[in-house]
Amino acid sequence: MDAPRLTRRDFTAALGGIVLSFSLVPKVALVQEPARLPGSLQTNRTLDAWLRINADGSVTVFTGKVELGQGIVTALAQIAAEELEVPLGRVTMISGDTGRTPNEGQTAGSQSIEQSGTALRMAGAEVRALLIGLAARKLGVSADTLKVTDGVIHAPDGRKVGYGELTAETDLKREATAKVPPKPAAQYKIVGKSAPRIDIPAKMTGGAAFVQDLRLPGMVHGRVVRPPRYGARLDSFDEARVKAMPGVIAVVRDGSFLGVVARREEQAINARLVLIEFAKWSGGSELPDPAKMYEQLMSLRSEDRVIGEKDAPVPVGAKVLEATYHRPYQAHAAIAPSCAVAELKDGKLTVWTHSQGVFPLRATIARALGLQPRDIRCIHAEGPGCYGHNGADDAAFDAAMLARAVNGRPVRLQWMRDDEFKWEPYGPAMTMKVKGAVAGGRVVGWTFDVWSQSHNMRPGDPDGINLMGSWYLADAKRPGPARHAAQPNGAGDRNAITLYDFPRQRTTHHLIMENPVRTSALRTLGAYANVFAIESFMDELAAAAGIDPVAFRLAHIKDERERAVIEAVAKAAAWKPGEKGDGRRGRGIGYARYKTVATYIAVIAEVEVNRTAGIVKVPRIWTSADAGQIINPDGLTNQIEGGVIQSMSWTLHEHVRFDRNGILSEDWMNYPILTMPDVPKVETVLINRPNERALGAGEAAQGPTAAAIANAFAAATGRRIRELPLTPERVKAALA
Amino acid sequence: MAISLKVNGATRSVDAEPDTPLLYVLRNDLELNGAKYGCGLTQCGACTVLVNGAARRSCVTPVGSIEGNEVTTLEGLGTLDKPHPLQKAFIDEQAAQCGYCASGMIMAAADLLNRNPQPQEADVRAALADNLCRCGTHNRIIRAVLRAARQNGRI
Repeated sequence: MDAPRLTRRDFTAALGGIVLSFSLVPKVALVQEPARLPGSLQTNRTLDAWLRINADGSVTVFTGKVELGQGIVTALAQIAAEELEVPLGRVTMISGDTGRTPNEGQTAGSQSIEQSGTALRMAGAEVRALLIGLAARKLGVSADTLKVTDGVIHAPDGRKVGYGELTAETDLKREATAKVPPKPAAQYKIVGKSAPRIDIPAKMTGGAAFVQDLRLPGMVHGRVVRPPRYGARLDSFDEARVKAMPGVIAVVRDGSFLGVVARREEQAINARLVLIEFAKWSGGSELPDPAKMYEQLMSLRSEDRVIGEKDAPVPVGAKVLEATYHRPYQAHAAIAPSCAVAELKDGKLTVWTHSQGVFPLRATIARALGLQPRDIRCIHAEGPGCYGHNGADDAAFDAAMLARAVNGRPVRLQWMRDDEFKWEPYGPAMTMKVKGAVAGGRVVGWTFDVWSQSHNMRPGDPDGINLMGSWYLADAKRPGPARHAAQPNGAGDRNAITLYDFPRQRTTHHLIMENPVRTSALRTLGAYANVFAIESFMDELAAAAGIDPVAFRLAHIKDERERAVIEAVAKAAAWKPGEKGDGRRGRGIGYARYKTVATYIAVIAEVEVNRTAGIVKVPRIWTSADAGQIINPDGLTNQIEGGVIQSMSWTLHEHVRFDRNGILSEDWMNYPILTMPDVPKVETVLINRPNERALGAGEAAQGPTAAAIANAFAAATGRRIRELPLTPERVKAALA
Repeated sequence: MAISLKVNGATRSVDAEPDTPLLYVLRNDLELNGAKYGCGLTQCGACTVLVNGAARRSCVTPVGSIEGNEVTTLEGLGTLDKPHPLQKAFIDEQAAQCGYCASGMIMAAADLLNRNPQPQEADVRAALADNLCRCGTHNRIIRAVLRAARQNGRI
């Protein structure tokens, strides 16, 4: 198999510290504002930040984006190989390392193809042109007579020069111009085809693939102990008893931060249990009353912003509808709890982490521990799929705390299952209030209000330290404030502004400034709930107007690409205009263009309702997606279908359980998710637009899927559930 | 204390307390990456291995209880160069997003194919009901197991 090589990051070699192999600042005097460069070239402007041509003709690609199970590293390798005209097997990927790669912030928001992919495409085209220019000089022919195949430049007379032979003359320490046009899509040989994922073979055969698989010489094992509730203080614990346990090397206490390091992993686990047993805590904050949670959250201080407004008179006699929708706190619930390895040696801290952003993490650890960023190196190593900001960064901080206590020895810190479930930052609970007016089969008025806590409490905030462990130190750090994020990306208000062509609309974001429950970015941020509400309400308005839901949507859409995905999914599902449910079975549709500017996607779900048990089954789902130019069709399908299934799990099963004293969801029994017997058949239709920009797709399916399921339930039963998830209790109450 | 184990066909001696979960011995003493820690509570299946050909959750299996039994991990099924039909099918179907659950899925599927070499789709779903996948890759996993079952006799 001609697959590119993925470096295992050469775990041991990396210990010595690798000097920066590229120049961070271009060697030009910046007398004026530098030219705007596309994608992440704008912030990482030299060619050698992205690409290196090696003497053996292979290519090393550097990206600041990291593999989270979404297949991005393979897709980026395809883009670089395509522009450079080298086989995919000759590309080695280096990703997410503060010592070696460009700083591309977080790998989040389905933006990696647009940011890193664009940079690699432009840099690749430019480097290819540079190499052709060098070859032309060497061969004494004109550059436009030369052709490149598989990394070899051919002259018309049969002479040839391999890329590897030009490395001595190739100076990539220069600012990118982005003036060399990339290949036209019609000439693509690698992009647009389903390349097998680089990382999969090792994962299927027991290769070292995850941060959990990292074993450094002399490595020891750490565990941490969390308070019984947010903000509690550690009054006392039995240090002597734990220190006397077999294998225990260090007990680490700093204020209310508590952890243990032991020689063997099971010894650290046992020591943690004894620490928990004898620890005395006091204080801490009360959680909202789950029975009145949404009202309580909406009564907290909020910063309100009108984010979209279009005015027109509402015709007299229009039919007015109102509805309120809710989405609970939901967990990332990665299949394994967070993990990190840290080592402090000669004043230098190295952290191997599955963080989504090694650069912001480094900066924030530095501030939390009073270190200089240059004395910290954060290296990405894969973890289980993250789906947003989970415990990864916090675990990295915890590992650093423990590594400081055993100077020189690497510590592998593994959170236990309950650490992750109880302490990760959840996707926020949200309330959406919608008011609409219909007249003559058209929506003539639309008001949408969304209330939500912050969806972005990641490391990197300038005014706070968003690392949970640091809030419990004797010198306690504070998290940053909740912040609005600009549209069209938005945060709690992501996809809150309707995409439909309504003559009148007003959209308001109520950003709750307090954090009674810890929250941050969960895949799609607010888009999941906003699309659920908007698309549920569209069906309610369609019913009020007496019009088929598919036809009703199409009547409010002008854009051809929007129409195309809805028409394609209706065709794939053989949707019959005006089709009706039978009390038990029904189908529904949901549509959105993710973030208003990314992938277009429509979803149709079929449900079967067991009315006595209150159980909703979803045997089939159809989707149609337009992600612009497709880089890797199989990878795109995998992301879309994964999003559909994850959203179905959120929609039918998931909510964080808690009472006023603390979080109750601590394992899979009290945070159940969708399992194999209930997974639907998913049929996906991809619409390729090879001449359009590639669009982020990893988070596109979730909102429309939730709406399609809720609409299918309403179509099947004639009753609507407006509060997620669709639990048996809610189903039975709706049908009573 | 020294405990003697048969893992992937070889006899190995490890120095661990007999109540140590097999998972940590496999991962830390024998440096095998296949079995994964996911919950430590038998709920997710990431740590699944075969003991005498039958699926077992290694996170709660005391290492002392399996002396003299045959333990098989993902590494014992096959290698990159000579993958087991299940491993090959998972690669061919690209049956992973993050891939953290894959080892447990493959081992649970190996247990199924040992009992039922020609399963129907419903059998696969039932056999993997207690192995959690969070990325939503279930359908590819089902296809991979069915593909391996079809090809088992021919490889």
